[in-house]
This record gives sequence, C-alpha cells and structure tokens, in this order.
Amino acid sequence: MVKLKRFFVGLKGSYIALILLFLYSPIAVMIAFSFNEGKSRAKWEGFSFKWYARLFENADILDALKVTLIVAAIATVVSVILGTLGAIGIHACKKGYASAMINLSYLPMTMPDIVTGVSLMMMFTFSLPMINPILSDISAWLSALFKKDIDLTIERGMFTMILAHITFDTPYVLFSVLPKLKQMDPNSYEAALDLGCRPMTAIRKVIIPEISPGIITGALLALTMSLDDFVISYFTTEKTQNLSILVYSAAKRGVKPDIYALSTIMFLTVLALLIVVNKRSTLEDIG
Amino acid sequence: MKKLSILLALIMLLTGVAYADSITVYNSYDYIDESVLDDFTKETGIEVEYVMFTRQEEMYTQLTTGGGKYDIIFPSDYIIERLIKDGMLSEIDYEQCPNAKENLLDSMWNSDYDSGNVYSVPYMWGTMGILYNTELVKDEIYSWDSLFDPAYKRDVFMLDSMRDMMGLMLVYLGYDINSTNEDELAEVRDLLIEQKQNNIVQGYLVDEVKDKMVGGEAAMAVMWSGDAMYAMDLDEDGVLAYTVPEEGSNVWIDAMCIPKNSENYEAALKFIDFMCRPDIAQRNYDYIHYASPIAQVVEELSEEEAENVAVNPTEEILERCYFFHDLMDQMELYNEYWMQIRS
Amino acid sequence: MKRSYFSGPYALWMILFTIFPIVFVGLYAITVRNETANSLYAGLKNISEIFANKGTYMKVLWRSITLAFECTLICLFLGYPCAYFLASKEFAKYKTLFVLILLPMWMNFLLRTYASMGLLERNGIINTIVTSLGFERLDLIGTRGAVLYGMIYNYLPFMVLPIHTSLKKMDRRVIEAAQDLGANPLRVFYKVTLPLSVPGIISGITMVFMPSVTTFAISGLLGSGNFMLIGDVIEAQFMQANNWNFGSALSLFMTALILLSIGLLNRLDAGKNSERSEKW
Repeated sequence: MVKLKRFFVGLKGSYIALILLFLYSPIAVMIAFSFNEGKSRAKWEGFSFKWYARLFENADILDALKVTLIVAAIATVVSVILGTLGAIGIHACKKGYASAMINLSYLPMTMPDIVTGVSLMMMFTFSLPMINPILSDISAWLSALFKKDIDLTIERGMFTMILAHITFDTPYVLFSVLPKLKQMDPNSYEAALDLGCRPMTAIRKVIIPEISPGIITGALLALTMSLDDFVISYFTTEKTQNLSILVYSAAKRGVKPDIYALSTIMFLTVLALLIVVNKRSTLEDIG
Repeated sequence: MKKLSILLALIMLLTGVAYADSITVYNSYDYIDESVLDDFTKETGIEVEYVMFTRQEEMYTQLTTGGGKYDIIFPSDYIIERLIKDGMLSEIDYEQCPNAKENLLDSMWNSDYDSGNVYSVPYMWGTMGILYNTELVKDEIYSWDSLFDPAYKRDVFMLDSMRDMMGLMLVYLGYDINSTNEDELAEVRDLLIEQKQNNIVQGYLVDEVKDKMVGGEAAMAVMWSGDAMYAMDLDEDGVLAYTVPEEGSNVWIDAMCIPKNSENYEAALKFIDFMCRPDIAQRNYDYIHYASPIAQVVEELSEEEAENVAVNPTEEILERCYFFHDLMDQMELYNEYWMQIRS
Repeated sequence: MKRSYFSGPYALWMILFTIFPIVFVGLYAITVRNETANSLYAGLKNISEIFANKGTYMKVLWRSITLAFECTLICLFLGYPCAYFLASKEFAKYKTLFVLILLPMWMNFLLRTYASMGLLERNGIINTIVTSLGFERLDLIGTRGAVLYGMIYNYLPFMVLPIHTSLKKMDRRVIEAAQDLGANPLRVFYKVTLPLSVPGIISGITMVFMPSVTTFAISGLLGSGNFMLIGDVIEAQFMQANNWNFGSALSLFMTALILLSIGLLNRLDAGKNSERSEKW
C-alpha cells in the first residue's frame, strides 16, 4: 500500500487519479445513495438498507434484469457459434468473397446504433404481419397435434430483441477470431487431415484450441455489448423491457434508489469478475 | 444445427405462448394503482399484462403499426376521436358494465369527442396549468404571463408535449385551442422561441418535471393537473401550488377503450367494469390523484381536496377550458414549428 | 474446401438482418406517407426536406457534429496522457488500474448518466458542496456543457482503450534506440511514440466520434431537452411524429455523413501498414 501511495503522489499517478475521480464520481454517488434513507438522489437523509430489500420486491426491475440476462446469454452463445463458424469459413474462402464478407461485417459496427435499431424495427414491423399468419397456421397444427396451446407467432418483444442482439454481437466475435485464425499455422489443419482426421474432428481438435483466446475475447465483447445495449433494444421491442429500457423510462419519471441498489450490486460483481479475469490473462488482447 | 433449431423453437415458444385467460392493458406511466390489477386477477382469474407508454402519440404509433394486440388502452380525448374515425375501437356493451353506467358523473356523458361514451369509458380527467413554488415565486400566479417574466431566468419548465404546449399558448394569445391557422401558430412559435432566447426556460420536460419541482429545481412548470397534484403530495414542505390561468386552458379526459382487434372483449369489459367500481376508483384516485369521473369518489373528497383546483376544478375554471380535437392530418405545421422551437 | 461453407449461415444472417433492414430504410426514405399510411414514391422529397424547415434540421445536425467533435477532441487530450501513463513502465505492475479505467464501460450507461444528474442539478451534490463553501449556486444542468460532460463521461474509456493497446504493442527498443541516438524525451515522443500510436488514435476517434454524433438519451437527461440532437430528432420522427419516411431519410443522410468522415480519417492511415483487421 505504501508503494501505491508513492506512485500516486507522482505526476503520472495524480493525473490518473484525477481521471479516475472523474469517471467514478457518478458511480460513487450511485453507490452512496443506494444506502440513502430518503428517495432523493441528491439529498442525504440517513443510512439504510431498505432499497436493497425493496429491490427484491420490485417485480419490474427483476423482470427487466431477467430479460437482460437471458437476452445477453442467448445472444452471446448464438453469436459465438455463428461468428466463429463464419470466421473459419471466411478464412478458408477466396480473397474476393472474403473481403466482401468482411466489409459487410463492418456494417453493424459502423452504423450508428440508432440507425440499426430503427432499420430493424421497420423490418420487423413490415415482415411480421406477413410471417405471422403462416406461423399461426403452423401453431394451430402443432396445437392440435400435441393437444396443447402452442403459439409460434412473433411479436416485437424478447424474440426480436434477441435477433437484433445477435446481429450486432456477431461481428465482434468475427473480428476477434479472424486475427487468431490468421496467426495460426495453416499447416496444422492440413497435417491433421493427412494424419487421418475427419474435417470436423480436425477443426475441433486443431483449429478451435488455437483460436480459443479469440473466441473468449469475442464472447466477452458480445456479452458486454448485449448487457449494456439500450438504443437497439429500445427500438426492437415493444412491451418487454431490458434493464436499460427500464432505466430510461424510469429516469424520465424519477429513479428510485432501488435501481441504485441494483447497480451497486452489479458494479461489485463486474469488478470482482474483471479482477479475476485480469489476473488470469492480459486484457490488452481485447483492446 | 439441429440443437440450434430446437433452441430457437423453444425460445419462440417461451416468448410467444399466450395465457388462456389474460388481457393486455396499455396505459400511461404512473397512471394506476398497480395493486388494483392484482385484485382484478384475484377476483376474476384473468391475468393482466400491463404495458406502459410515455406519450399518446407513441401509443397511437404502436397501435397502428400492429405492434401487438392490446385489449384495453387508455387514450386521451383527441386520440379517441382519431381512433373512432379510423374505426379502430369496439363499442362498449354497457349491459356488461353496470358500474360504468351508474357511477360516472353526469357531466362525463356528453363530451365532444365521444358523445354518449359509445366507444370509451372515462377514467381520469383534469386540466392543465402552472405548478409553482411559492417560496421561489413572489406573488400568486394568475396568468400565463408569468411564464415569460424575465425575473425567472432559467426557472421555468415547459412541457415537452407538442399539442398540449402549443394549444395552451394559442389560448393564451386569444386564439382557438385547435387552430391550424398558419399565422396564429407562427405567433406561438415566435413567442416560445423568444422565451428560450431570453433564457427563461430551464428545460422542456415531461415526466421528469414532477420530481424536479419537488426537488426545488425550478420556480414554475407547465403541467397536467394530476401531475401537479402528485408533486404537491410528495412535497412535504407544502410549497407547491397549482393554478389554471385566467386566459384559459385545456380540459381533458382519458378513457378506457377496447381496440377492435382485441381477442378478449368479454374480459376487457370485466376490466372496465371493475375499474368503475367506487372502491377501485377511490384507490386509483388515492394513488395518482387525478380527478376521478366516478361520482362516489367526488363525494368522498375531503374539504382540503375539494378546494384544491388541481383535483376539483370549479365550474368557473372549466368554462375557460377547452378540449383538444383531432387534427391528425393537419399536423404538418405543428410539427414544423415545434421542431423550430425545440431545436 | 468444405470449410468455406461454414460462412454460409453467417452470411445469410448478415444479409437478412443487416442488408435487408437497410433496404427498408432506403425504401422509406424515398417514399412519402399519405393519409392512409400507404407510401407513394416521392423521390428526393424527404431529402430536400432535410434542408428545408428554415434549416432547423441542419442546425440540429451541425450542433450534433460540433458537440461530437468537441467531445472527441477533449477525450483525445484527456485520454492520450492517461493511456500513455498507464502503458509506461511504472504502471505495468498495476494492471488493476487499467481495469478500473475500463470498469465504467461495463456499467449501464444510462444509469451512469442518470447518476450524473444527481451531481449536476441545482440541488445536486456539486451545488451542495459549492453553496456550503459560500459560493453562488452553479447552473449546471440543462446547459450545453452538461451535455458535453455527459458525452465525454460516457466515451472517454473508448478513447483510452485503443490508444493504450497500440502504445503497449510498441517495441520498446525503438524508443531506446532513439534515446541512444541522443534524442531528448520530447523528441522521442514526437518523432517515435506519437507516430507509432496513430492507429490507436484513429481507432479511438472512430469509437468516440460516431456514437457521440448519434447519441440521444444524454441530451434529454442532462440537457433538459434544450439541445435537441440529431439522435433525438430521429427518435421523435419514429416514436412521436409517426413519420418513418422522413426519419429514414434523416438516418441515411446522417449515416452517410459519418461514414464519409470516418472514411476520410482512414485515408490518413492508408499510407502506413493499416491494422484495420486488427482494430479489435
């Protein structure tokens, strides 16, 4: 601890300390006021744990949290699969096709998310009324078959949110895996095939282990993007709220500190996770 | 791949499965005592999916783009007018809603937008006016003039709701609240732009303003009567007051309607009837403090409440308040000028 | 090689969910809604409207671009030293610091913005401190500065990250060589370090400029609705004015502008060995 102090007294240290102060002051406010007795976000009225208790009673928040986690989890898994396979595929493709695919993949990342959100909203609004009658017929057929009420029709809700999340997550996975593929020795795959492996096994045993750091990085990125997303989720859903949408609508009417309590818990969780992950590998790979 | 498709189908099932008996209710934020919904489910066995919107226009958009099926919606008067014109509402069968038939105030039955309440059942009503902080404002406020008083630099909150804000200013300037006259609207626009340029406006907000007024962030704000009442309730020091300016203002009614494409008409009717029960209406009133159209709730008002204009406007006040009418197709000018004001 | 078929599902997905929606945007942009919500091909009417309405939209666009520009610049000047110090020898041991800088990124950005309201409001924390020290209350919220602050606050880590990466990747020996050859620290920085960190700078600028032009919640929460940005306008067109056609035209226009400026920026990097594919 003493060493730490010495560094912070130095010029570089104090600059970084200032930046950290800047970055954390709102977060500190949040954490502090999650223990506030009163409802205010700026007036301190005493210490209390009541918002933490209220948090677990607030169905809206818990629902939104559930939605956020489910959407992020499913989207991450699917985008990792899609993106990794895509990367392997593109890596093995001819130059022209490969660069076309890469440029296409830049699109969701370079398009402002409001445009992505809005475009997806329009597409869903337009195509769902066309698809739903078919799905409704299929549902009726399935319901009769299984003697249970099955409804496959899609509305703008969690399902469409997941679709949207997969769409913007996958390029991140792709761009994390692709460099690793390029760094890989192309001969190992060939060698495996020569030694009698089937292509699928060769991929599983040779390629995947080599690119796994990229896959993990990509997964982390996808997860982060999905957990924090607001704009795209806002436009692709209707009734289902994820955490960000909940905060946005609550923010307009006065956030009660139970959301602060939630953030504090999330903050501590993420902090713990990051420290653990950081101890195991270099985070700079993500940068 | 196979696992993936099974997973996808599972997801679709999870997100698409509809309850056997449930209704979807679409309402404004902070506009109901939600425990009432639980009781409704307990008594009738009908589940309620409660969805919320911030602005009437937003609801209208969602409704018309077929975003989802709603069984009960809570539109405002002029939106109801438009929906009736669009043929999007079902008629209310009052035989199944005895509470609605009997408990609504007489004055609620002959509105401009839906005379006889054929397609709608009034839920809450009120006026618009100025909520002000008596500690930050020198005298009592009687007129819209106060909004433009240079003494209140950056101390005034305007309402971020195009129709309402511009309509009120039309009345202030002596014009018809539903005017589409280019010159009149231009005058409103110039007035509001000038107000911004004189640095009197602190911001254009809608829902946030309640919290902010209670927090003492500004001297006055343009608000709906119910929001004003809500803020006054939260205001422990009792410094907030509400007034309906003498030049005139808006009177509005929000009502419950059943969209034509609802698949749960009967259940929806039960909901409406439930909401018109005196005890339920009382609970909603206690929670959100807007004026209730249910006779029994009005009778139960305490003296203090009966005197509070936000909750119980007098005849005299109502005389100078006007309804908004549907201007659907003539909104171009409004949109254009509003953009100019807001940017 | 059968492997190339793996890209199939991915390609399909991207076309379906990226290209297809953009086609929609394009279609809506060139059509106009008439009364019964049917569209009529109206060519460039929507585009011309962008320049009309007494230049209101241009004003909003200009405001968004200038704010984003200022934000990017400030982030650059604040973030570069931060990245530089973090990447320097002394701090290599304190990886936790780096993690701490990144951590806010993982917190929900709306919540952080909302918490900043608690700092900036009239009766907020900063003013409580200021008034208790005897000074006049500061008018912070609802100002352009507040919106700028909100943007910088949100996007600073995105500037620090890529710069830090490219600084870390730098070969120390080049610096040592320069020092051996007699250059003073300033020259070393100017002639060696800075040029080598350019890819990171460009990456950072891209990751900050673009989102800050199109952001829309910050102006409402911290600007109290006084500074409509292009993101707000587009959102309003879709959610309030119900005019998807015009909203689409605006979106396309804005996206085109952004892509143009990013493209120009990348040209600067074109001469060097571009690390485009290793942006991440």
